[in-house]
Amino acid sequence: MARNKEKLVLLLDVGPSMHGVLPEVEKLCSMLVEKKLIFSKYDEVGVVAFGTEETNNDLTTEVGGYENITVLQDTKVVDGDLIDTLQKLPRGTLDGDFLDAIVVGMDMLIKKYKDIFKGKKRLCLITNAIHPIKDSLEGSKEDQVTTIAEQMTAQGMKMESIVVRGRLSQDADKRIMDENDHLLSIFSKKTRTRNVYVDSPTSLLGALKTRRVTPVTTFRGHLELSPQMKIKVWVYKKTQEEKFPTLKKYSEKAPPTNQFATHQVKVDYEYKSVGDSSTTVIPPEQRIKGYRYGPQVVPISTAEWDAVKFKPEKGVKLLAFTDASKIKRHCFMKDVYLFVAEPGNTRATVAVSAIARAMKETNTVAILRCVWRQGQQNVVVGVLTPNISQNDKIPDSFYFNVLPFAEDVREYQFPPFNSFPASWQPNEQQQKAADELVQMLDLAPSGKEETLLPEFTPNPILERFYRHLELKAKQPDAAVPPLDGALKKITEPDPELVSKNKSVFDALHRHFELKPNPKLKKSSRQFYREKQSGSNAHESDGQAVKSIEYQPPVKIEKIGDLTPVQDFEAMMSQRDNPEWVGKAIKEMREKILSLVIHSHEGENYHKVVECIAALRKGCIIEQEPGPYNDLMRQLREYCHGKGIESLPQLLASRDLTLISKSEAEDSDVTYEEARGYFVKMEPNP
Amino acid sequence: MDLDPEDVFKDEEDDPDNEFFQQSEGSKEYVVYLVDASPKMFSTTCPGNDLKDETHFHSTVSCIAESLKTQIINRSYDEVAICFFNTREKKNLQDLNGVFVFNVAEREQLDRPTARLIKEFDCIEESFMREIGSQNGIVPGSRENSLYNALWVAQALLRKGSIKTADKRILLFTNEDDPFGGLPDAAKKDMTRTTLQRAKDAQDLGISIELLPLSHPDSEFNVSVFYADLIGFNGQDLAQFTQSASQKLEDMKDQLRKRMFTKRVIRKIQFHIADGLSIELNTYALIRPTVPGAITWLDSVTNHPLKIERSLICEDTGALIQERPKLFQPYRNENVKFSPDEIADIKRISPGRLCLLGFKPLTCLKDYYNLRPSTFVYPSDQEVVGSTSVFIALHRSMLQHKRFAVAFYGAASHPQLVALVAQDEVTIAGAQVEPPGMHMIYLPYSDDIRDEEEIFPDTEDDAPRADEDQIQKAAALIKRIYVKDFSTLQFANPALQRHYAVLQALALEEDDIPETIDETAPDEEGLARPAVVKSVEEFKLSVYGDNYVEEIDNLGKEKAGEASRKRKAIAEDAAKDYDWGKLAEKGQLNNLTVAALKNYLTANNLPVSGKKEALISRILTHMGK
Repeated sequence: MARNKEKLVLLLDVGPSMHGVLPEVEKLCSMLVEKKLIFSKYDEVGVVAFGTEETNNDLTTEVGGYENITVLQDTKVVDGDLIDTLQKLPRGTLDGDFLDAIVVGMDMLIKKYKDIFKGKKRLCLITNAIHPIKDSLEGSKEDQVTTIAEQMTAQGMKMESIVVRGRLSQDADKRIMDENDHLLSIFSKKTRTRNVYVDSPTSLLGALKTRRVTPVTTFRGHLELSPQMKIKVWVYKKTQEEKFPTLKKYSEKAPPTNQFATHQVKVDYEYKSVGDSSTTVIPPEQRIKGYRYGPQVVPISTAEWDAVKFKPEKGVKLLAFTDASKIKRHCFMKDVYLFVAEPGNTRATVAVSAIARAMKETNTVAILRCVWRQGQQNVVVGVLTPNISQNDKIPDSFYFNVLPFAEDVREYQFPPFNSFPASWQPNEQQQKAADELVQMLDLAPSGKEETLLPEFTPNPILERFYRHLELKAKQPDAAVPPLDGALKKITEPDPELVSKNKSVFDALHRHFELKPNPKLKKSSRQFYREKQSGSNAHESDGQAVKSIEYQPPVKIEKIGDLTPVQDFEAMMSQRDNPEWVGKAIKEMREKILSLVIHSHEGENYHKVVECIAALRKGCIIEQEPGPYNDLMRQLREYCHGKGIESLPQLLASRDLTLISKSEAEDSDVTYEEARGYFVKMEPNP
Repeated sequence: MDLDPEDVFKDEEDDPDNEFFQQSEGSKEYVVYLVDASPKMFSTTCPGNDLKDETHFHSTVSCIAESLKTQIINRSYDEVAICFFNTREKKNLQDLNGVFVFNVAEREQLDRPTARLIKEFDCIEESFMREIGSQNGIVPGSRENSLYNALWVAQALLRKGSIKTADKRILLFTNEDDPFGGLPDAAKKDMTRTTLQRAKDAQDLGISIELLPLSHPDSEFNVSVFYADLIGFNGQDLAQFTQSASQKLEDMKDQLRKRMFTKRVIRKIQFHIADGLSIELNTYALIRPTVPGAITWLDSVTNHPLKIERSLICEDTGALIQERPKLFQPYRNENVKFSPDEIADIKRISPGRLCLLGFKPLTCLKDYYNLRPSTFVYPSDQEVVGSTSVFIALHRSMLQHKRFAVAFYGAASHPQLVALVAQDEVTIAGAQVEPPGMHMIYLPYSDDIRDEEEIFPDTEDDAPRADEDQIQKAAALIKRIYVKDFSTLQFANPALQRHYAVLQALALEEDDIPETIDETAPDEEGLARPAVVKSVEEFKLSVYGDNYVEEIDNLGKEKAGEASRKRKAIAEDAAKDYDWGKLAEKGQLNNLTVAALKNYLTANNLPVSGKKEALISRILTHMGK
């Protein structure tokens, strides 16, 4: 749509003092155009460089003056050439005059679109503003700027100025900088101009919104404080994730000779009966939606469902105010909404302002129940927090965050830190080292710009994608480029900050020692591992944990007579060779058999039962039911042959039956069979 | 597989990060509710929720019913069995006395909860005495030991499934702290020994036994008499346990609900603090939107589930595509192709690693820095010894200096900047409300933040601001509508509650669907209190003066009204082009275009939605034909 088309002129300072950041400026501007090529390909962009050796612009030919300003590209619909131009910005030789550049840019927009285009006209100025602008012939600089600003408003233009300062600019005259800042601030007062100051390449890359999304209200209507009092508000999204672009699927089936091939892929869904080997496709009218309730699936037609489902009425209603501390920051569920008073409605604006300021003063927040649209499936309960505007032009507003319902919160319990053993508690020096780190590794030092401010932090993935896209358009087999240096600052600690705090890190290394857990090698002991990680409150499984903490001082290679159970467990947990398990099971089996055979009137049976219990447990853990079940069958045979009753009884009472399929997948014994294994042998009293 | 249709983390690729994948068969939980049904459970009462006395049995049963209802929604893969002991009747596989396993049709004894189970269990109290009966199973002189039997039955029920894939638990509800108290010494000793042995055997098999004791206001449940040994407590645990057990009964429902969820680690991550100093963390999802589960398509004739087959078809040739296709993005008049691996490469930035970048004061964490639900992190010493102590030290410093950490989290599909906010433990009456650890809050990037509040100032004037009086009036209003203890847990999701009420009714083929209460509705009564109304009126007067009514009625409507009036006028004009009566009589309405039909409908204030047939029939109805 024509009215959504944007006409943009980039005003880029390429003077010598800007050379250091020009690579970032090139990247930022090409990213802007790259995104336009995909999302708004009818937008028009022009490029003006100032501080150049040459002079080339309309105004200089028409009225004279305006030197050292070069129109690199007249405004035109975005295309690839534009990116090429932006990626090779000239390096200027003179200090530019940003005000002249603004006038040139305005002139371009006015000349080209004066009568034919009523839409978004935007200027984007990137400069360090450390050099004085020329004195004007008539009136002061301020008057001059004011006149230009008025003209800008009259033409319906917006401006965005990104001022590169701090670490990125050289030392400059403070007086001139202040003067320039003052002049620029006139623009932001008089016109719809946004002034942004950045001091690192990373934030420069994030300073310009490279993709403009037309704002759409989520809701327009009343914020109902009570049935008697309503305030007219509009609701927008304050944050919304810019997604990775959805790529289309590419078909390579079409012959390369076919020039008109679309290479598109159609995704086709067919509904077929499960288990039915026939290929009949069920037509849409024969399908019905089924909803899960536990193991059941309940079929409900859409019409039926519509008749009974929850249907809230549209509206935004206040439930209560409460203390800000009652709402935990981590409960925020989603992206954030913005509540503004209906634009142009003075009283609503005042009402919003009064409530916002009162909330701020009393440190309260409001709980709202929102149904944005009629027919919405559910209500949204959330918290309204005040946003007191720092800018006189901008009205006060609210932020709104969605809160969880009772069902959404899982109340897991975690052991308090003071319940941990003393060896896990940091000592005084360790605490001091940590304190130092928390204070010194500061991203928001007072008096300086906050680094990694979300507003100025670009998304490294998207940056990388668009850069790769541009690269691939020229070289189809280009490899994925490594992350850009400026973007690395987002994903890794700033080396500068780290080296500045070397002593802090040294202390940290001195006081804290980390080592890999020697007891845990890569093993299949999933069972033990899980138990350990979950060993917070359930001390009942202390047994299992103990068995692995038991470290054999010497390698157990044989199951002895004295402590067969312990020997067995030790052997089972020897993990350096997988053969240990098999060996342990085999030896245990032999030990049990020999104990039974050499038992005199059942004196060893107690020991036998302990051994069997251990073997059974081990076999279940290792999921090796075979040897154990074989042994049990052998034993039953043996006892039966010798007429021994006490041992089977003992085993049955301890529930030491066969390992059934439900305990170990490989077992061929059913649950019932296992349960009744020894019971059958018991003589009925 | 229960997948969230509106998954917050949905991406074009399968997202391995998706926590909802975690709820698969692989991590089931088997629970046996073991409920003491001795006469003492019926005779002892305790003040209940509505201050009326209720029996211990009643509170236990309602507590289990409650948790079953939560469970069928949240974790329907888990399996449960309900088992009473000290009963008159017996029903169990082993045929042991005094133990009754409660079950319903079409369900194994240990199985997933079904609608029928929930429904029948809801009214168990009415039929309990008749069908199951209460009778003390441990009497002097007999060798019966109902507790022993109960443990045996429970253990047998939990035979199912491998310990590797399931978490097995017995939850024991009783108000008798000394079950063998009435026995002669020798018998007591013997029974204690055998019962403890049985419990130990169960524990050896990886079954954990948890005790939910019910105390009488006058006589505290003394865990150390017998049960401490049974559940395997030692000194310190015992002290903690008695503390929590001494809580009022009201907390129990809550406590059980909390216990119902076993913690699941979403993933282990490495927290890189400095070179050579990376600690181990586990992440947990404490807050995630619960949604009514996925839709299963059924054949409406047979009610058999349908499988969905997806096939990729080349639009140019119509051929079926088997392999994973490449992806492309139209760009600069050509198609730039990417392989799926390449896309993964682009997204790969320090995978699985959380990298510390620095710290900022908490005031820097603005309310609008939010995109998704947060994730909870808790240290683990399992693989890297020393992790916990580093974490605790940082945690303390961050709390003390009111700072949060900024870090980069390299999740496979969604690498993102995060804020780590330290959370101290919060306990209320011994129960943990907020666990200690850190919350990982996902921060937006510059492209994700919008500045809509800045788009309006078109005028030269400053934006209107409230004056001191208006702010004071607003503050007075806030004070009137103030709630002291608001909790985020206070509201149940009305749509979800409704959803399950409907499903339950339909699943059980009931005729009427029970009403569900929308807890989120505003408190009209409270708002109508004279004091509230007065403060509202005062605020209204100070902001709007006398023009409030006019303002609400006129503004806004006017604008919208104008446009729609204009549209209507055009439609009325256009509708005059036809002789509608004649066309309708001749049945020629069908010859007109939809647009023309809509003109008639607009002119006559009728809805314009629907297909052409619907439009025609609406016109005919309107004309009375």
